[in-house]
Amino acid sequence: MDTVPVSASSPSASPHSARPRSGRSDADAPLARLHNAYKRYGKVIALDGIDLELRAGELLALLGPNGAGKSTAIGLLLGLIRADQGRVELFGRDPQQLAARRQVGVMLQNAELPPTLRVGELIRLTSSYYPAPRELAESAELAGVSELLQRPYEKLSGGQQRRVQFALAICGRPRLLFLDEPTVGMDIDSRRRLWAAMRQQIAEGNSVVLTTHYLEEAEALADRVCVMAQGRMISEGSVDALRDRVRLKRVRCISRLTPEHVASWPQVSQARMDGDRLWISTDAAEATVRRLLDADATLSALEVQQAGLADAFTELTAAADASPANEQKEAA
Amino acid sequence: MNTMSNAMTASLVDMPLSRQFGAYLAETRCEIRRYLRMPSFLLPVLLFPAVFYLMFGVLMSSSSDGGVARYLLGSYTTFGVMSPGLFGFGMSLALERDGGLITLKRALPMPPSAYLLGKLVMAMLAAATVSVLLMALAIGVGGVELSAWQCLRLLVTGILGVVPFCAMGMLIGTLVKGQAAPGVVNLIYLPMAFLSGLWIPLSMFPSFLQKAAPIWPSYHLNRIALDSVGFEQGALWPALLVLVGISVAMLGLAVRRLRRSG
Repeated sequence: MDTVPVSASSPSASPHSARPRSGRSDADAPLARLHNAYKRYGKVIALDGIDLELRAGELLALLGPNGAGKSTAIGLLLGLIRADQGRVELFGRDPQQLAARRQVGVMLQNAELPPTLRVGELIRLTSSYYPAPRELAESAELAGVSELLQRPYEKLSGGQQRRVQFALAICGRPRLLFLDEPTVGMDIDSRRRLWAAMRQQIAEGNSVVLTTHYLEEAEALADRVCVMAQGRMISEGSVDALRDRVRLKRVRCISRLTPEHVASWPQVSQARMDGDRLWISTDAAEATVRRLLDADATLSALEVQQAGLADAFTELTAAADASPANEQKEAA
Repeated sequence: MNTMSNAMTASLVDMPLSRQFGAYLAETRCEIRRYLRMPSFLLPVLLFPAVFYLMFGVLMSSSSDGGVARYLLGSYTTFGVMSPGLFGFGMSLALERDGGLITLKRALPMPPSAYLLGKLVMAMLAAATVSVLLMALAIGVGGVELSAWQCLRLLVTGILGVVPFCAMGMLIGTLVKGQAAPGVVNLIYLPMAFLSGLWIPLSMFPSFLQKAAPIWPSYHLNRIALDSVGFEQGALWPALLVLVGISVAMLGLAVRRLRRSG
């Protein structure tokens, strides 16, 4: 696959001259990709050589704690910043070319739009940047802002403003949508509507890259989840695959046994009191439950749960934090 | 099949010129709307020079032939067209950088020059309004007699004279934070206006300040403005050259910074 070399140290040697044949549309070609992308800000390594490919028709959730490098990765793909090393490609082109971004829609985390402009004016303005935008009414309908078209942006509630920003993201009929924390500040109703709108984009064959702090959002929407920590991709796969990586189960019950006693069992990795419940984390739920029932005939309110995405996420990122490899990298 | 999808991609990516032009037009239209809906910003920029001119150029000047009013018409036009450039570009750019609007626009397929053109056209319209207001006061209240040619020259000087200050404001806007921008712009605007002799003629200054006056772009614009209203200043091409040079240099620096950091 053709790639665009990126070099921040010599912006004049940008890839315009050595551009590959652009606009190729092999069915298998990724819409966008990062290859071994590396970016540092002073001493801080924001991206430590990550690979990422976005394919047609998928919703990819990019997860990670603050400072993991999610925004930097998106910034690279949108051409907002340049990689120190590695390759960045958007529709086979350098993302800093307008032509590459004409197939992209964007909703950023915090963008204060001109307060006195009306919603309809904002959508029209953004549509004017694209070759074949949607009709105003269609964009408004998709984002659920049809009743707001005449209202000045500053008069809208936070959730309404986010919906307008979503309308701006889809008005250009983009094949690839970048949504950075799109549902922050939204009430449940707005959030559901936005989820539906995202699903609709996928159904139309478009792709969505979503960063979010709400793991249930990724769980509900994503075909693929990438977890980042400290500038590296520490996990990639489906939501189920990610959950399966964490084999631990949660066991809860009311029991006379003390957490200290239960924690000493070999198959139990952790035990504590959660209110009046005994809370046990184990990778062998069946054996643990058998032993519990043997040891305490009065045991009640027994529950066994698969770890959720949140648990998997916590565990993965904690493991990345503890990994000594990172410190060596920082020092290098 | 493959050719078809190629053709589709091409139509998605390549924009006909008419649509590209539409982006410039839409950006400019929105910029003008925004300011018309923000009178608290626009009115001071438009009225401040007019009120100043009315007080110092018309009411307090005692000459019967309108010479002072005529001279100060030139100076106050210079003074008046500096602020749409400095404030219009400097403050709004700094605020829009802070608020993340610039980042969003850079991520969107907006032609960067469309954004600049929108602000430039707005600044030129404001400069034209200031110039016309001042001329109306000079002719109507100050008793200054101006030929049509002089009026036209002063108007063009005002409209084009805003450009170097737009470039300067833009550079300031890329350097300072939104909250600090009004203060920084005033700190540059007012001393620069004073030191280039826009309020008090340079001949009343100590000689070292007189000699230093050509540092300021406003000094050069003022020479052209004074020449327009009949105070001959000799060769104007050096002034023009300086103003063009300043515009190009500051625009270049600002664009470089915007590209790097947004």
